[in-house]
Amino acid sequence: MKPFTYERVSTPAEAAAAVVRTPDARFIAGGTNLLDLMKLQIETPAHLVDVNGLALDRIEDTPDGGVRVGALVRNTDLAAHPRIRRDYGVLSRALVAGASGQLRNKATTAGNLLQRTRCPYFYDTNQPCNKRRPGSGCGAIGGFSRPLAVIGGSGACIATHPSDMAVAMRLLDATVETVDAAGRRRAIPIADFHRLPGTTPHIETALAPGELITAVTLPRPIGGAHIYRKVRDRASYAFALVSVAAVIQRDGSGHVALGGVAPRPWRIEAAEAALPRGAAPVAARLMEGAAPTADNRFKLPLVERTLAAVIAQARAA
Amino acid sequence: MDDLSPLSISRRGVLIGTVAATAIGAGPWAETKATSRRAQPTLMKVRLTVNGERRDLELDTRTTLLDALREHLRLTGTKKGCDHGQCGACTVIVDGRRINSCLTLAVMHEGAGITTIEGLGTPDRLHPMQAAFVKHDGYQCGYCTPGQICSAVAVLDEISTGIPSHVTPDLSMPPQPTNAEMRERMSGNICRCGAYSNIAEAMAEVAGAGA
Repeated sequence: MKPFTYERVSTPAEAAAAVVRTPDARFIAGGTNLLDLMKLQIETPAHLVDVNGLALDRIEDTPDGGVRVGALVRNTDLAAHPRIRRDYGVLSRALVAGASGQLRNKATTAGNLLQRTRCPYFYDTNQPCNKRRPGSGCGAIGGFSRPLAVIGGSGACIATHPSDMAVAMRLLDATVETVDAAGRRRAIPIADFHRLPGTTPHIETALAPGELITAVTLPRPIGGAHIYRKVRDRASYAFALVSVAAVIQRDGSGHVALGGVAPRPWRIEAAEAALPRGAAPVAARLMEGAAPTADNRFKLPLVERTLAAVIAQARAA
Repeated sequence: MDDLSPLSISRRGVLIGTVAATAIGAGPWAETKATSRRAQPTLMKVRLTVNGERRDLELDTRTTLLDALREHLRLTGTKKGCDHGQCGACTVIVDGRRINSCLTLAVMHEGAGITTIEGLGTPDRLHPMQAAFVKHDGYQCGYCTPGQICSAVAVLDEISTGIPSHVTPDLSMPPQPTNAEMRERMSGNICRCGAYSNIAEAMAEVAGAGA
């Protein structure tokens, strides 16, 4: 790791101000992704602002019947919370499908949203990567692309977003709350939070420099069968090849979002009208315009089959 | 250590000479402030309670909790495997929760209570999980074992406090200490010798005794 200075802060605005004030500064919370990247010198911050002392670790009911999840709530605690298990089961299921027990004990709600891709070319500093070194090219296009995006990528980047939690958040229409150094607050719909790579794959979210996530809110629960089905190379502790988050109602209507296929949680609301007619028309609409490589073309039929399994599971519930 | 070895002294001399030459060489160049600040390691004080004992340290901010335990406190029971949070050999229990000590900085744990394998039991007074690992042959080479045991102790605690896992059948019911639950929850601890089935048996015995 490169040397860095370190400070603790006690309010969100103070945290944002500290990051804006110091060149090459980063927030650190759980640190499970950032420190891994710092050891590999993919991330080389000169200053770390430790936000763990902020009082952002609560899960509260909101006046409109939803729930507000503090940015520092650990993945374990979010998955285990009685309200989340009862009303937002797909979120609990997505969380426990991700990482390991040790990592979930450290990883935070905000950090999970902000985690970086596990594209092997992003991780290998000897390889070109437009996300890690803008303008250097993309080693994945024409290289080993089996785990990478089949849709939403660009000629500059085909990395996938690695989160399971974010897929469930996208399905549930979550809102990301932030504060900046001037104390200004923003509420960003999760659909607008993660950016597609286009020609600037190093810009991954809608956050401005120094803007700090304070909470994620979920709207009032929508009932239905909550399912998160993840297909991966190992039965546990592996990233998704394809995952499906779904809430399906008794009449067959519902919502679906995909993980493992795109640079952000992948949801096309217009596809959901076809859910009562089965997996094929939904998958076709979700994957319209897909540009798979020879290595990851298998994800297209896998999306349809995983979706079919989810619909069957919902009918049996 | 082997400070009396002529080889060691001469190597150290060479190293000191190299550092001095670098420092002199660097002096005349007008480095930017940012560059020189970045090159300097930052030391910070941190207070930890490790296995019930208060420990005051002054560490390079880069020091992971794992390196603080092993290299500064000489608690070498906790092992460094991959150093990237993938293998679980570095698992310790911090304020009641198991974590990968390689993926966290020591300075982030001011005031925290840390339990390592040395704090769970001693050769004369084994923790029940240590005794069960011995009885069920839950290891071969033993390198991953301290992490496995710290993880296993925390897993049973997680099950008893109702934290769900990927294989928990019903989110509205408390999870049970079944073989499937043990295996899923232990997936962050890799054992290249493949002692998994015996580890699950050791855990089942301890879970059964506690039930």
